[in-house]
Parts: sequence; structure tokens; C-alpha cells
Amino acid sequence: MKRRFLCAAVSVVVLLLASNLYAEPKEYRVGAFFSVTGKFASLLGEPERNSVKMIEQQINDAGGINGHKLVLFVEDTQGDNTRAVNAVKKLVKKNKVCAIVGPSRSGSSMAALKEAQKAEIPMISCAASEKIVMPAAERKWIFKTPQKDSDAVRRIYDHMTKNGIKDIGIISGTTGFGNAGRNQLKLIAGEYGIKIVADETYGPSDTDMTAQLVKIRNAGAKAVVNWSIVPAQSIVPKNMRQLKMTIQLYQSHGFGNVKYAKAAGVAAEGIIFPAGRLLAVNTLSDDNPQKALLLDYKTKYEAKYNETASTFGGHAYDAIWLVINALKEVGDDPAKIRDHIEKARFVGTGGIFQFSAEDHNGLDKTAFEMITVKNGEFVVLED
Amino acid sequence: MDSGGGFTDLLQFIFMGLQRGSIYALVAMGFNIIYNATGIINFAQGEFVVLGGLMMVTLTMGFTFSIPFAFLITVLFVMAVGILMERFTINPVKNPTVLRLIIITIAVSIILEGSAMILWGKESHYMRHFSSDETFEILGATILPQTLWIIGILILIVIGFMLFFNFTMTGKCMRACAINRDAARLMGINDRKMVMLSFALSAGIGAVAGIIITPIIQMDFGRGTMLAIKGFGTAVVGGLGNSLGGLVAGILLGVIEALGAGYISSHYMDAIALLILLIVLFIRPSGIFGSSEASKLKEF
Amino acid sequence: MGRQDYIGLCVFFAVVLTIPFLITNDYYISVLVFAAFNCLACIGLSLLLGYAGQISIGHAAFVGVGAYASGYLTVEMGWSPWMAMGAGVVLVVLIALLIGVPALRLKGHYLAMATFGFGTILYIVAVAAVDFTGGPAGLSDIPAISLFGLVLDTDKRFFYFSWAIVGIGLYFGLNLIHSRVGRGLRAIHGSEDAAESVGVDTPFYKIQIFVLSAVYSSIAGSLYAYYVNYIDPGPFSMMHSVLLLTMVAVGGMHKVWGAVIGAILLSLLPEFLSFLTESFQAVGLEYNEDYNTLIHGSILLLIMLFLPEGLIDGLGRLAGGVGGMINIKRHQDSAGT
Repeated sequence: MKRRFLCAAVSVVVLLLASNLYAEPKEYRVGAFFSVTGKFASLLGEPERNSVKMIEQQINDAGGINGHKLVLFVEDTQGDNTRAVNAVKKLVKKNKVCAIVGPSRSGSSMAALKEAQKAEIPMISCAASEKIVMPAAERKWIFKTPQKDSDAVRRIYDHMTKNGIKDIGIISGTTGFGNAGRNQLKLIAGEYGIKIVADETYGPSDTDMTAQLVKIRNAGAKAVVNWSIVPAQSIVPKNMRQLKMTIQLYQSHGFGNVKYAKAAGVAAEGIIFPAGRLLAVNTLSDDNPQKALLLDYKTKYEAKYNETASTFGGHAYDAIWLVINALKEVGDDPAKIRDHIEKARFVGTGGIFQFSAEDHNGLDKTAFEMITVKNGEFVVLED
Repeated sequence: MDSGGGFTDLLQFIFMGLQRGSIYALVAMGFNIIYNATGIINFAQGEFVVLGGLMMVTLTMGFTFSIPFAFLITVLFVMAVGILMERFTINPVKNPTVLRLIIITIAVSIILEGSAMILWGKESHYMRHFSSDETFEILGATILPQTLWIIGILILIVIGFMLFFNFTMTGKCMRACAINRDAARLMGINDRKMVMLSFALSAGIGAVAGIIITPIIQMDFGRGTMLAIKGFGTAVVGGLGNSLGGLVAGILLGVIEALGAGYISSHYMDAIALLILLIVLFIRPSGIFGSSEASKLKEF
Repeated sequence: MGRQDYIGLCVFFAVVLTIPFLITNDYYISVLVFAAFNCLACIGLSLLLGYAGQISIGHAAFVGVGAYASGYLTVEMGWSPWMAMGAGVVLVVLIALLIGVPALRLKGHYLAMATFGFGTILYIVAVAAVDFTGGPAGLSDIPAISLFGLVLDTDKRFFYFSWAIVGIGLYFGLNLIHSRVGRGLRAIHGSEDAAESVGVDTPFYKIQIFVLSAVYSSIAGSLYAYYVNYIDPGPFSMMHSVLLLTMVAVGGMHKVWGAVIGAILLSLLPEFLSFLTESFQAVGLEYNEDYNTLIHGSILLLIMLFLPEGLIDGLGRLAGGVGGMINIKRHQDSAGT
């Protein structure tokens, strides 16, 4: 009896080993790494992982890329930068991928990009901070699909200027994303003649921002900008409501998952933030060049995973399609893929990309739509 | 510029501090109950809070149970988790050393956190307030009815436990075990049973903390660690094993954090609170209310 | 050092020398490089924990100080990596003295709380002091370190370098515990009062060992910075302090070798889990990486439940057990013939 069990156990292990080592020769190997189980970023990583998995299946069901099977290797960074660095090494050295999609977070991207550069493998980050691809000359192998945070700031400041708001308070999360946004908000304020009268922060596990908001209120701010990507960002509108603060709240594009708005409940009503058009695809006019693609992605994603599509999943969708388009044209040589992406013009969920040697993001501020929360849903803000 | 007025702001910060501090105090109470019975710090204490909050969300928002009924079921559920934890991970350990037991509780907290992630998903869950979620004003500062619920329930629990430990046989037995395990056993007290009971009570308190705070802060699987850490700090500074100390230290910590964020810097809010805790520890090495004798009992 | 330790060190160096020949995939080499950093910090921690009997839940902060000193001084000040690493050590000594002198008067959980509080404060400073640390965005473009004119910028070179330093650290640690200091420390662990009464200068020994263990961590941090070439506050958080503590406990906290084994095994655990994920998925089983958290917790729990003295003791008993069984077998065989 014992022996039979042992035999079974051994054969399972052998099977597992064999299946792990076995690889078809003619397949295109692409790597991906996201913060799937990280504490503060799984609302980014999970839709991203789901999106690339969905595309992989879609491509292979349709016979692959020019007959080559697409094989995707997905690593979980858990939102941890060391793991992100390790994941790139693993994807490059063990899985021998020709391109990498991810990671989810700005900090992880900054940590991991050096490895990708050293290995000369194109890496298409799904994180926001524009430092990731700037200056483009030094970031030869690095691209990113989310819109630039400086453009998000400009869209917010445009809206403020139109509404005569000059004095603002900013509150940001202490993560790579929050910090990058905070820097851009301060950097660009002068251009618009906007004055930042209060500059507050909160940690990703904070539960109450009342004190920070009282300071902002007392400083005489006429609007608040909350720049964060962690779930704690939903507490800011709730606290504002609790303090009976009626000034306008702006959020960043890190608010692009409807779950964040749901978590804030009625307090989220009327929040304004810049985001990709995916969030409000139903309110787009039919002649919008992105509409068909956005609808297609949203419908398929929601049918498959039974949850609302978010802009984060969209960033991964754009990134994997950039790679697939390159694979179709030039095959799986990393250098050729890089050159192809650098010249790509591409309609994606994040906007209409036009990459160049100087711009490894390829989007400008028109990629954003100003979105607002109405009855718990995201809708395009009518001017 | 100053629209709120100095006093109103101060009051506002104090309200915020009370609300935070009440939760720290509850977590610290949970730590203390187990510490008194076993001499260990249960780092899974934060997960009890998370489980309480998440279970309550499911029962009230998913099954639309009434709040009192859901409250009861949730507390019983988390108490059951506490008992299971004690039966399977603490009870079987022979010759326990403190460090080993601590690592066991860390392992349990990892398992509970992972289970919560799988069962409830990764998003933040929200729940309706016990009563209205409209704030009202006291001397110009705003306060949520839920904050009053939190403070009220904290007071009830403190009174309840004081009665329990001073006037019931079981409570007295638990205190006896805390003072001297061997002597208590010689007196015929079933000390193993008391350990189990302490886990049940402590889990129950954690669940209550989770239930009452979730309407305000939302709940997600990853919150346990930070709650455990803050609660642990609170318990130590109050004097380990001293429930009253934990209560006072919790409220103080909450208020100091709020005042620090309000008047000094939100960037360094937690650092300020911790620095004050450290200074307190260096001046009074056994916590504010702890006796130096008690601190010598437990060694690694 | 005992004879066993000499044999152990020889085996250690032999294994380190041969591994790059056995493992040709650079990825696994890099996993082992990260294991070396943890190993170094854990050796220091085990001297403190297992020999002086003092707990610290703040050691990741010392790793962080080393890493940030190296990062800041090389990137912003243009210092050489070696100089910066030295400066990191000096800084850590000062900080360890500052915190250690009052903290080591504390005992048990109170000391745990104090070290934790201090570790968290340094973490918050790393996040908030944007001008020095880069804040959450971190410091990038940290140069590689070189040795005798050889730039250590490949995984294999760094593997030898980092494990050689672990070896030196190990040698030093093993020597220490067999010295006068070591005997004093063990006396403290046994009973602080008794040790004091026979003339062991308890506070002095405790401070010494606390500072020394902080130095181990600091060097680990500097190496981390020169290998990854990027640092941010993440790897130096409270969670990492707890992880280091866990490594020591899992390996066996009363032996320096235990720290080495615990650090290596727990550093490899994520690899094992991701291998598991891939394997399950490859044979078409529904397996989600979310389950890895459960497996990680369970492994930790089982080791602590069934191997109270840690893996090193468990391995020893296992070896003893197998030896015993062979003996019995031999005995039976000879009885049969």
C-alpha cells in the first residue's frame, strides 16, 4: 500500500517536472510580471494578469501569431521591488522571453528596468510615473502604456483654470505613484498660476485622513487633489464628507477602478479625475476611433472574469498588443521588436499611441478624458 | 485664513484620535488577554479584526441580515477561529519558548491573511454605518454617529470584562492562571482550558473591533498586520498584561497620532507617535502601568 | 572554533565554489545572491538572538541604513562604493549605540517593541525624507562595486563575492562564540543575573553584540544596493525584519549554522512556490498563485510545530535517525545469517 502510494507520488513529480521542461521549439515566448497578490496593488495586478491571459488564449485559439504559438510566462511581484528585479531575471534567463510586459507599479518598474536594459529585452511597463521612460535616450529598451502623470496634472489644472480655482491643497499616498504625482503637481503649478497652499501625505495602510484635510481646509484651499493608487484613497472623499468640506475633490488616474468609487459610496459623487476612455466607453460618441476597441475589450473581459474592466487591465492589454503586433511583423528578435515598437502607431485602450525615439510613451494629454462619478458610475464630464 | 478656529480644530483632532485610539485599545486588550494566559504575543490578533470586519460585511451587505444578528454571528464565528487556532497550533506545542510561539502566531496570521484573500478577494469592502452616516456638529467639530458607537461599545466591553474578571468564577480562574500558572493548577484550575478560553475571548474582541471600525475605514485582507503592530505597541507601552494600561495607551496613541498629523506633519505622523512610545519605554522600561517585576517574568 | 565548525566551513566553501558550475542558469545564481544578503544579516541576528538572547524586530532597518548610505554617497556624492560601504558601517555603529544603550536595558517583549519602533521610524524616514532617500521612488543608478579592478556586474562574479563575504562573516561569528565574549554571552543567555554576579560585564557585552549584528546587516544592505543598483524603502520594512527573525528561528536560533540554513531555505521558498504554480498550471490544473500565501504560512507553521529547535536540529536528528535505522537493519541482517 505504502509502496503504491510512493509510486504514484513519484510519477506525479516526474510528470510535473517533465511538463515543466517540455517546450515546443516554434513558439513565441513573452514574459509578464504584475503585482497580483500584493497588499496594496492587487487591484492593479489582477486585472492586468487577467487581461494578458485572456489575449494569450484569444491569440492561440485563432491559430497563434503567423502559426507560432504564443506562450506567456506570468510572474507575481507581490508589489515588492526585489521580486520585480528577480522576475525580470527569471523571465529573461530561465524562460528566454523576447519581450516583457509589466510591472504594475512605478517603484517596481524603476527597480526592474535596469535588468531589462542589461539583458537588452524590451520591457513595456504598465506603471504611471514618466521617470520610467525619461530620458528616452537612456531608456533604450523601456516603454510604457499608461498615460503620463504630467498630462494628468495638466488636465486637472486646465479644468481648475476654467473654473477659476487658484489655491489648492494636495494630498498624496506615500507610494511611487503618489510621490511622482506629488512632484508633478508641484512642478507644473507655476505654469498655470496655481498655488499649492497645503501639501499632505498618507501611508498606504492609513485609515483616517481627517487631520490632513483639516489642515488643507484651514489653509484656504479651493479644491483638493488626491493622488494615490492604493485602496486608502477612497477614505479621502469619505473624510471630506464627514468634515462637511464642499470644495471640489480631484483624483488622479489612479482612481480608474470603479471599485475605488464604490468603496467611497455617496462620498464619491461628483469627484472629477482624468482617465482613459475605457471607464466611460458607453458615453463616448460612435465616431470615436477608440470606441469599437474599448467596447470589445470591456465586453470580453467582463464576460470572462465577471468583474468590471478597469484602466489598469487596459494598460496591460495595450502592452501585450504592442508586443503581439511587433511579433507579427518582425518575429521574436528582441532588438527588432524594440525598433518596431519605437515606431509604432497604435490605437489602444489608453489612447492613440505614437511612439518615437524621443517618446517611449506615445500619448499626450488628449489621451485623457475628464471623468466624474454619477450615481456610483463613471461618466464623461460634460463641460 | 483660519476658518475653523483653533479650538474647533483641536476638538476635531481629538475626535479623530479617539476613534483611532479605541481600535488600538481593543486590539491591545486582545493581546493582553492571551498574554496573561500564555505569556505570548499573538501576532494573529490583527487577523481576527480583519475576519470580523469581512464576515460582518458579508452578512450585512450580502445576506442583508440585521446588524445585531450579524454582529452576534460574526463574533461567534471569529471566536471559533480563535479556538481552532489554539487547539491546532498552540495546544500541541510541548516545551514552548516565547520566540517559537511568536513565530507560530506569525505563521497563523499568514495563513489567515491568505484565506481572507482567497475567500473575500483583494478589494476593499465597505459596509453601511450602524445608524446614519450623516455627521453632526459638536462645538463646530464634526463627528460621525459611528464614532460614538465605537466609543460606546469600547466602554461596554471594558465594563463587561472588569465584571467578568472580578466577579465570575471563570474570570477569577483566568486571573489566577495569569498570576501563577503552576499555583493555579495546584488549586485545581484547568489551565489548558483557560488558555483556550483566552483565545476565544481575544478573538471575540478582535471581531468586535473589526465590526465597529469597518463602516468607517472599509476592510481588506491586508489590514491585519498594521493593526497587530499598532495594537502590540499599545499593549507594551501600557504595560503588558495590564488591560487598563492598554486602554489608556491606545487612546493616547490615537490622539498623539492625530495631533501629530494635524499640527506637525502628516509625513512623519507614525514616526512621531512611535518616538513618543520609545521615549516612554526608555523612561519607564515596563510601560506606563506595568510593574518591573512582571516584565522580568517572560524571557526569550 | 570547534572541529565540526572547521569541517563545516570547508564544506561551505567547497559548495560555494562548485555551485556556479552546477547551476548554469544565471537566474538561479541571482536567487542565491539574494540568499547571501539574507544569510549575512541572519548570522548577525543569530549572534544577538541565539547567543545573547536579545530579540530585535528592527534589523531590516540596519540593512536599510547600509543600503541607503551606499546608495546616497555613491550616487549623490560620488564616493567609491567601498568608501560608502565603510561609511555605512560607521553610521550603523553610531545608530546601534544610540538605540542600543537605552534599549538593551529593556527585556523580552519590551525590547522587541523598542527595536520594532526604532526600525519603523527609520522606515518612515526613508519614505518621507525625499531629498536624501528619493522617498518612495527610491534611488536609482547605484554603481556596481569592483574588486581588484574587476567590476562585479555579472551574477556569477557577485555570487562569489557575496558568498565569500558570508564565509568571512561566518568564520568571524564562529570564532567569536568560542572566545571569551562568546562564553560571556552564553552566560547572559542562561541567566543575566548569574552572569553579572560572576563578573560578566553584561551591558557591555550586550551592546557589543548588538552593534556587531547591526554591522552584519549594514554590509548586507550595501551589497544589496551594489547588486540591484536600485533601492527603495520596501525591502527594509518591518515585514523584512520579521522575515529575518523567522529565518533564524526556522534554521535553529541556537546555532550560527542554523541561521545560514534558515536564510537559504526561506530565500528559496518563493522559487519553490512559483515552480509549484507553473507545474500545476502546466498539467492543466486550476492553481492560483493566491494559494502560495497559504502554503508559505503552512510550511512555517509545520516547521515550528514539529521542529522546535529549527531545521538544523531536525536535519541532525534525521541524519541520526537514518543512521540508527541502518544500524538496526545491519543488526537484523547479521542476526538473520
